[in-house]
Amino acid sequence: MLAKGQPVPIAGTDDEPFSILADDGTIRPGTDAPEIPDEQALKLYRGMLQVRLVDDRMMKLQRQGRLGFYMLSMGEEATHFGGAYPLRMSDWCFPSYREPGVFFWRGYSIKDYVNQLHGNIEDPVKGRQMPVHHSANWLNMVSISSPVGTQIPQAVGLAMGAKISKKDDVSLVYFGEGATSTGQFHVAMNFAGVFKAPCILFCRNNGWAISTPGNKQTASKSIAIKALAYGMPGIRVDGNDLLAIIAVMQDAVARARAGEGPTLIEAVTYRRGGHSSSDDPSAYRDPSEPKEWEAKDPLERWRRHLESRKLWTQELHDKYSQEITEELMACVKAAGELGNPAPETLFDDVFAELPPHLEEQKAEMMSRPRPKPAHGGH
Amino acid sequence: MPVWNIIQAVNDALRIEMRRDPRVVILGEDVGKFGGVFRATTGLFDEFGGDRVFDTPLAEAGIIGSAIGMALYGLRPVPEIQFADFIYPAYDQIVNELAKFRYRSGGQYPVPVVIRTPYGGGIRGGHYHSQSPEAYFAHTPGLKVVIPSNPYDAKGLLLSSIRGEDPVIFMEPKRVYRAAKGEVPEGDYTVPLGKAKVVREGSQLTVLCYGAMVHTCVEAAQLAEKDGFDPEIIDLRTLLPLDTETVLESVRKTGRVVIAHEAPKTCGYGAELAAMIAEKALMSLEAPISRVAGFDTPFPYTLENEYMPSPDRVALAIKQTAQF
Ligand SMILES: Cc1ncc(C[n+]2csc(CCOP(=O)(O)OP(=O)(O)O)c2C)c(N)n1
Ligand SMILES: [Mg+2]
Repeated sequence: MLAKGQPVPIAGTDDEPFSILADDGTIRPGTDAPEIPDEQALKLYRGMLQVRLVDDRMMKLQRQGRLGFYMLSMGEEATHFGGAYPLRMSDWCFPSYREPGVFFWRGYSIKDYVNQLHGNIEDPVKGRQMPVHHSANWLNMVSISSPVGTQIPQAVGLAMGAKISKKDDVSLVYFGEGATSTGQFHVAMNFAGVFKAPCILFCRNNGWAISTPGNKQTASKSIAIKALAYGMPGIRVDGNDLLAIIAVMQDAVARARAGEGPTLIEAVTYRRGGHSSSDDPSAYRDPSEPKEWEAKDPLERWRRHLESRKLWTQELHDKYSQEITEELMACVKAAGELGNPAPETLFDDVFAELPPHLEEQKAEMMSRPRPKPAHGGH
Repeated sequence: MPVWNIIQAVNDALRIEMRRDPRVVILGEDVGKFGGVFRATTGLFDEFGGDRVFDTPLAEAGIIGSAIGMALYGLRPVPEIQFADFIYPAYDQIVNELAKFRYRSGGQYPVPVVIRTPYGGGIRGGHYHSQSPEAYFAHTPGLKVVIPSNPYDAKGLLLSSIRGEDPVIFMEPKRVYRAAKGEVPEGDYTVPLGKAKVVREGSQLTVLCYGAMVHTCVEAAQLAEKDGFDPEIIDLRTLLPLDTETVLESVRKTGRVVIAHEAPKTCGYGAELAAMIAEKALMSLEAPISRVAGFDTPFPYTLENEYMPSPDRVALAIKQTAQF
C-alpha cells in the first residue's frame, strides 16, 4: 500500500519523484491526493510562510551582527510540514538543523525560537548550543546535534523502544543527503530493517552538502534506492510538493503503526541559500541553479493550490504576514533585551547532581571578576 | 619576506610539498575546488587537479580509513577533518588502526598520514565547533601530535610532518587562523617536531602552552609584567613527542609553573605536563603547579568567555604562582 495506488516509486524503479501537485497548484490527473481540510490547508500555508519570514528576518539580524550564526531553509519548507503534518503529538521527531517548521507545527513558539538563537536567559536550552540547535521535550522534539547523522540511529532506537513497550508511536528522523554518506545512516538503516522499527527515515535531498554536490556523495542512482538493500521501502518524492510529501508520509506512518516497519523517504528539493550564514555559495555553484529552483518554490505551489481551492486571497496572505511579522518583531526586541544565563549555570546539567570537582571549579570561577560576555544578543 | 596568516602558511606548505613530492594527496570534505571551509586548500585543486586534491563523501571514517589505504600503497595523504569536533567518527580508524599499524605489523606497514584539523574555541561555535581533543591523541601510542601557534611554525611544522614517517595529528588553532600574522620565508624550510620554543624569556616562572593559548599567555604576560612579574613562556609546538629538555631547563631555572590549555582540566594535556615535571623536577619546585584550563563541562555557547582561559585568568595564575 505504497503512495496511494501510484506507480510505486520504490528504489530506483522510477526516476521521477512522486508528485501530486502540478506547478500550477492543481492536482495531477490520475493521482489520489490526500484530503486536507480547509482550515488545515491554510494552517500549513501560514506555517510555511512563517518559516520564510522568520528565516529572512533572522538572516538580516545575523548580517547586522546581532546573531552569531544562522541557517536558512528557504525552498525546503514543504519537507518540514509534509513530515510533521501526519504525525500525532505522541510521535517523536529527531530533526537536523534545517527543519524549523516541524518545531513550529508542533507548537514551538516564535518566542522560544528567537530566544534560542540569542542564547539568552529564556533560551529553552540555556545558551548551551549554537543558534538553530533547538530542543523541545514537551513536543517530543529531540535536541539537535551538529555532528551530521548521529540522530539517525537514535531515532531508530526510539522506535524500537516504542515497539518493545507495545505502543504504536513512531519516530521521524530528518537528515540531508550528505548525511547518507555517514556510517550513522547505514547502521541506522540496517537496525531499522532488522528490527522492523516503526521509524520514518526522511532524507532532505537538497542537492548540496556545503560545497559538495549530491553526485559526489553517492554513486547510487538515488538515495531512495538504498532502501532496497536494507529491506525496506524507499520512496522518492518531490520535496517541493507538500501534498505529495504528506501522502507518502501518511502511508509510511500507517505502515509503521501497523507493525510493518520502517520507510526511507527521499524528498528531492534544493538548498537555495548558502549552507549557513558563514557560507558563500557563489564560490562553488552557478547562481543560475538556485534561480531555476525559485520557479519550483514550495510555498508558491501551495499558494496556487489554495487558490485553486478558492481558499487563498491576498488579504488573507497580508493578514498572516502582518501577524507573523508583528509577533516576530516583538520577540526579537524582547530577546535582545533579555540578559544571558547566569555564569554559574555553566555547571548545571553536566550531571544530575554537581560532583565535587565541578563544585570546586564553579567556586573558583565565581571568585574571579566576570569577563566580557561573548555575545549577549545585543 | 611576506607577512602571512596561518591559513596562508598552511596553504603554502601544502603547495610546496605537493610540487616536490608527487605522492602527496589531499582529501576531505569541501577541500577540492572550494578550497575548504577555512580556505586552507585554496588553489590546490586548480594547480594539482582532482586526482590529488579531492572532495570526499561526508564520512570521516571513510576519509581516514581510505587515507590509511593510500599510505599503505605508498602515497602521502594529508586528509583534512573539517572541524576537530567531527573527528570522532574516524576515532576507531585513528586510534586502533592508524596509530598501531607500524607496531602491529612488526614494522612492516608504516602509515605516514598527516591529519590536519582546525580546533579550539573563541569563535562562537558552541560545543560542536570549539573542542580541543588533543589529549585523546597524545594518549594514543603511535601518534604524533603537533599544534602550531603562528604562521612560521605552521608552515615549517607541516612540512616536517608530511616528510616524516609517522602518523601526525596536526591541529590548527582556528581562533587565530587569520589573526596570527607573521613573516614567513617563501621557500622551503622545516621546523623540527619535538622542539619547543621559548617565546618570552623570563626569570620568575614558566608558562607552558600551545596553539591559540600561546597568544592568550603572551597577553597575560604583558598584563603581569605591568605589575612587575617576569614570566617565561614556552610554546610547546609538539605535544608528542614532548620536548622535555626545554621544559625542564626552564622549570629548573624558575621553580614555578603555570600550564594553560582550552581543553577541560581533568586528564587534559596539562595533567601529563604536571606529572612529568613532578617526576623529573620536583625538587626544583617552589610552588604548586597551576593549571588554567577549560572547565570540566561541555564547551558552552553563550558563556564561552567564562569558559575559555582568558589573559586575565592566566595573569592571575601567574601572579598567584609567583607569589606563593
Ligand atoms: C560528522 C560531521 N562532519 C562534518 C560536519 C560539517 N558539516 C556540517 S553540515 C555539513 C553538510 C551536510 O550536508 P547535508 O547532510 O546534505 O545537509 P544540508 O546541510 O544540505 O541540509 C557538513 C560537512 C559535521 N557537522 N558533522
Ligand atoms: Mg544537503
